[in-house]
Amino acid sequence: MTHSMGYTPLSRRGFLRGSAATAGLVAMTLAGGLLSAPNGAWAFAPKTLKPETARVLVQMARDTYPHDRFSDAIYAQAVAGYDDKAATDAAFQALLEDGVADLNSRAKDGFGAGSYDRVGWEENRLSILRAIAEGPFFQAVRSDLVVSIYNNHAVWEILGYEGSSADKGGYIDRGFNDLDWV
Amino acid sequence: MSAPYDLNDDSVVVIIGSGAGGGTLGTELALKGIDTVILEAGARQEIEDFVNDEWESFGKIAWLDKRTTSGTWRVSKDFPNLPAWIVKAVGGSTIHWAGASLRFQEHEFKTATTYGPVEGANLLDWPLTLKEMEPYYDKAEFKMGVTRTNDIPGLPGNNNFKVMKAGADKLGYKECHTGRMAINSQPRDDRGSCQQIGFCFQGCKSGAKWSTLYAEIPKGEETGKLEVRPNSQVLRIEHDAKGKATGVVYADKDGNQHLQKARVVCVAGNSIESPRLLLNSASAQFPDGLANSSGQVGRNYMRHTTGSVYGVFEKPVHMYRGTTMAGIIQDEARFDPSRGFVGGYEFETLSLGVPFMAAFLDPGSWGRSFSSAMDDYANMAGMWIVGEDMPQESNAITLHPTEVDPFGLPIPNVNYDDHANDVAMRDHAYRQGAALYDAVGAVRTFPTPPYPSTHNLGTNRMSEKPRDGVVNRWGQTHDIANLFVSDGSQFTTGAAENPTLTIVALAIRQADHIAERMGQKTL
Repeated sequence: MTHSMGYTPLSRRGFLRGSAATAGLVAMTLAGGLLSAPNGAWAFAPKTLKPETARVLVQMARDTYPHDRFSDAIYAQAVAGYDDKAATDAAFQALLEDGVADLNSRAKDGFGAGSYDRVGWEENRLSILRAIAEGPFFQAVRSDLVVSIYNNHAVWEILGYEGSSADKGGYIDRGFNDLDWV
Repeated sequence: MSAPYDLNDDSVVVIIGSGAGGGTLGTELALKGIDTVILEAGARQEIEDFVNDEWESFGKIAWLDKRTTSGTWRVSKDFPNLPAWIVKAVGGSTIHWAGASLRFQEHEFKTATTYGPVEGANLLDWPLTLKEMEPYYDKAEFKMGVTRTNDIPGLPGNNNFKVMKAGADKLGYKECHTGRMAINSQPRDDRGSCQQIGFCFQGCKSGAKWSTLYAEIPKGEETGKLEVRPNSQVLRIEHDAKGKATGVVYADKDGNQHLQKARVVCVAGNSIESPRLLLNSASAQFPDGLANSSGQVGRNYMRHTTGSVYGVFEKPVHMYRGTTMAGIIQDEARFDPSRGFVGGYEFETLSLGVPFMAAFLDPGSWGRSFSSAMDDYANMAGMWIVGEDMPQESNAITLHPTEVDPFGLPIPNVNYDDHANDVAMRDHAYRQGAALYDAVGAVRTFPTPPYPSTHNLGTNRMSEKPRDGVVNRWGQTHDIANLFVSDGSQFTTGAAENPTLTIVALAIRQADHIAERMGQKTL
């Protein structure tokens, strides 16, 4: 949506506190295989971010909005969006690289782990995130994730949300009042 | 003469905004044969342009021009540049509204008298009574096809309503039903009946919900006496040396500015833009802004004491299926200070899709407390709290001291602090809402904070005495005879009810008054 006179209103993410507007959802890059599921179900090759940075961000995304029913592919899709944004936004790239370096350093100092995603227990990783939660790195990632993860149609399906309905004739014949347990 | 009208035609009534107030007023005037121009800041989108997708729809229809916020309300922390969730398009927020159409209660027109002094509250009686409003409520309900009026049956209850109703019965509430809704429960007024689509907030794809976009404005346009100019952002109202409004300056879609002359100017830009326009129209003669001799323009901003309660159950609800506002409980809307607050509140079912639930359930939160709630989305029921908030002078729309819009005009800042009465009411509603869901077997409940405001009220309030408010009992400004306010910013106080029916009733009444005065040549 572009206003007259070249004025662009805030993006939707701009309304979320402490956010840094980032690119929207992009299709996962299915090439290279630098990051991939052990069973080969998905793979993601970052083009701008360091592979380790992307890997840590995927873990951080899961720890921020943990859903045990979601595959890593869903979190990797969000991180793929960051990779695209970082390609054209050096400040954003630095925010992510520096932020992840800080996470890794805290993982080493606190838990003797080689990187954040190698800290074994979620509770220990959360203690790291809580320590940086008010900072710009976490806020930028979190405020973007809450949009990109929950606007993902694969997520809708898992959570039982059926999305667009007018094109299917609404719910008048599709269960708007099918609840029978009260 | 007939539409389209010339910029120099100074016989026209110019209305700024095409929502519940402006769209209704313009149509009513045209039907009376009065030449009318509606200037609408947003584009004209039609039903086929609406999308069943929360974020995409938000990007297409929401008012996204930058605003700032201040004060202790949580919206300012979570959504600092989005104080209000309203629409910028022909039809205004009647595209987004849920359809609840409730009359105010008699005592809600005289809160200063009924409630007595409330510290910090700028309460005032309306210069109007329910009795005077009743014929116009009748007309508004007929026009909008409100269910449970005019022998129109109520809508069928959806799953979300079934949970509410079961809980209401367990708590002993007596006034729980599927609402008085401006949504067709049967075909009426050339529009079909509700298909239980959901997505009421994204624009009704079936047209069953009343909106000025397709239920009013086309009727006005058919008379040849109404011209709607979309993409026309009004920048200021002009006046002559006698202090009479002479026209308005607006920018078209390319940013070119035009002066539309006018016999009468009616402001209906919602309760943030309407006072902003009056303040931005300050002149040597009116240095504090137009119609602001009382100093009340922009003040007493009200937004209802809102909040939501969501409950998670062991079995599926699928609350998003069907009418978004599918049921209401009115028992708590009464005046009963024994609860620890004055004024009352309604419970109304509400649902959000997964994208907006994530954004609004508990803004800013993360971790398993939050994500496990989202995991139970399909088993969730929800309802919204709509209660009367206290008018406070310091809750105000003001002009930003430094930030300007693309036309160089100061953007609005919205300052709001909850009054202690608002907090007491919200806490009571949170407790009652959680108890209601617990009574039906909820395994978890969530006290969700207020969303960005959809009910924006009171910033050009109606008063008997010019020193107490901005407009008189007809919505005519105390200071400028041919300048009217025609939206919810006229509200003296907010009542517990959703405001649209009252805005429409006031617009019908104002149209009668303007036509009569024009006929008498006293306007």
